[in-house]
Amino acid sequence: MDKDFAARRRRDLIIAAVLAAIAALTPLFVKDVVVQNILILTLMYAGLSQSWNILSGYCGQISLGHALYFGLGAYTTELLFTKFGVLPWFGMLAGGVVSALIAMGLGYPFFRLRGHYFVIATIVIAEIGLLLFHNWEWAGAAMGITIPIRGDSWLKFQFLRTKLPYFYFALVLCCLAWFVTWWLEDSKWGFWWRAVKDNPEAAESLGVVVFNSKMGAAAVSAFLVAVGGSFYAQFVSYIDPESVMGFQFSLLMALPAVLGGIGTLWGPVLGAAILIPLTELTRFKFGGSGRGVDLIVYGTLIVLISLALPRGLLSLFSRPKKTGAAR
Amino acid sequence: MGLLYGLIAVGLALIFGLMDVTNFAHGEFLMIAMYLSFFLFAFFAIDPLLSAPLVAAALFVFGAVIYLLIVRFAMRAKANAGMVQIFTTFGLAIVMRGLAQFFFTPDYRSIPQSWLGGKTISIAGIFLPEPQLVGALVSMAAFAGLYLFIHRTDFGRAIEATREDPGAVALVGIDKNRVFAFGWGLGAALVGLAGAIMASFFYIYPDVGASFALIAYVTVALGGFGSVFGAFAGGIVVGLVEATTALVLPPSLKSVGIYAVYLLVVFIRPRGLFGSI
Repeated sequence: MDKDFAARRRRDLIIAAVLAAIAALTPLFVKDVVVQNILILTLMYAGLSQSWNILSGYCGQISLGHALYFGLGAYTTELLFTKFGVLPWFGMLAGGVVSALIAMGLGYPFFRLRGHYFVIATIVIAEIGLLLFHNWEWAGAAMGITIPIRGDSWLKFQFLRTKLPYFYFALVLCCLAWFVTWWLEDSKWGFWWRAVKDNPEAAESLGVVVFNSKMGAAAVSAFLVAVGGSFYAQFVSYIDPESVMGFQFSLLMALPAVLGGIGTLWGPVLGAAILIPLTELTRFKFGGSGRGVDLIVYGTLIVLISLALPRGLLSLFSRPKKTGAAR
Repeated sequence: MGLLYGLIAVGLALIFGLMDVTNFAHGEFLMIAMYLSFFLFAFFAIDPLLSAPLVAAALFVFGAVIYLLIVRFAMRAKANAGMVQIFTTFGLAIVMRGLAQFFFTPDYRSIPQSWLGGKTISIAGIFLPEPQLVGALVSMAAFAGLYLFIHRTDFGRAIEATREDPGAVALVGIDKNRVFAFGWGLGAALVGLAGAIMASFFYIYPDVGASFALIAYVTVALGGFGSVFGAFAGGIVVGLVEATTALVLPPSLKSVGIYAVYLLVVFIRPRGLFGSI
């Protein structure tokens, strides 16, 4: 058993390295800006979803309020950049730390809640954040922040002529989130989280500090999502409360992991690789009509995939004996 | 206004609160009801107040069909049942919004003249807007009816029993799907009632449901799952909090008060005010 597990982890790492290498080479062949854009978004959502998966998938605390951390990352970076001239790289770090701290601060009361009460609390707290930013004059209120152009440079993390640096950063982000998940899967934390998810009472009785392990998952998850938020802000160079903290972001982050396979290492990547290009293509193909055809197609897909594969697309690849045993 | 939220929440209280099925398309049910009411008015000049029973009946069928066609299968999922329900109904909500945009266009519509719209009534020197008053009365009646239905009829008890233990229920010869389809129909009919009343004084557009749905979830959770009376109390609390918040904070922040009170309540009572599950 243990041997199997170690072998599988080695294999996962090799597959990831190969995939990352292939991904890194794609821009050599793909010159089309629209396609590059889709690739960047796919990588970003894969990374975000992977981060969401740490708290909600592995630790089982379903959060539909991760847009809060995404928005906090974006806002911290841009407020520091536009108001104090702090470089986005530091802003990114600051955004991550702020989000992780807030996640832990919120975790203190939140993790007493169970089930629907917890999920609704996460939705509500993100909504409060959204409304507060909407009314915060200094942070641009509903108008948001337009990020001033200060020239092409890695230092300022702004690129006007090419999307390639964004692509590589998104790739690094995605790999980082994957690697953190991979690393944590086999750590003390990973085992604690799965125990907490399956049966918190039993875990507690065996000496797992349930509360602390939930806090750890929340902090890691929030930090990574906030870094994604900073990246997104630099990438689109305009943010407003709705576009970075809206409820739909929380769902969009969860969706790839759920469709791919929640609580699995590869689920978010697989889910994002299929879902995001599909979303963007339907929007590209049908969105122009302004009559909601893209929404109909997109929604139908979500319904069908969730109904057909409750354990995610990844379950297609697992051996039948596993499918029968797990619940 | 509070009882209006209560009215929207009462249908959700049945589906989400009593049957423990997540329905992220509740706001879209409301939207459909409002459009129905609007078209009945536009084509047949039936006042929303009169068409309310019609709309409720139509929504009953709609809700039951949605259950039988889609939700039934979402509930059958052996793994991640919660997430499957969330995303199936969320996908459904997106489809419904898309269909509304497709057929009804994204334009804002309203019913210009109705028996209720814009009128006020004076009771002992206090002026009350009529639509809200009617909404409040219907809401109270709906809650009372639902309460009696759940606690006094066999069918109501069957719904609760089915949530508790579908297996045991099957043993005593109750068809789970029939019970739940009926529950979904009833829940949809109640939100249909709410939609018909609201159509007479609210703008109608494809995204209208989203703004009310979250408040409805909060209302149900605030009152506590598994309790009809809780959802009613939740509705009243939400209304009072909103009115109070509107006095001290700018209007755009009025929902913050509701959300904050929800958090406060569940931190003190993790199962809501009157929750049993």
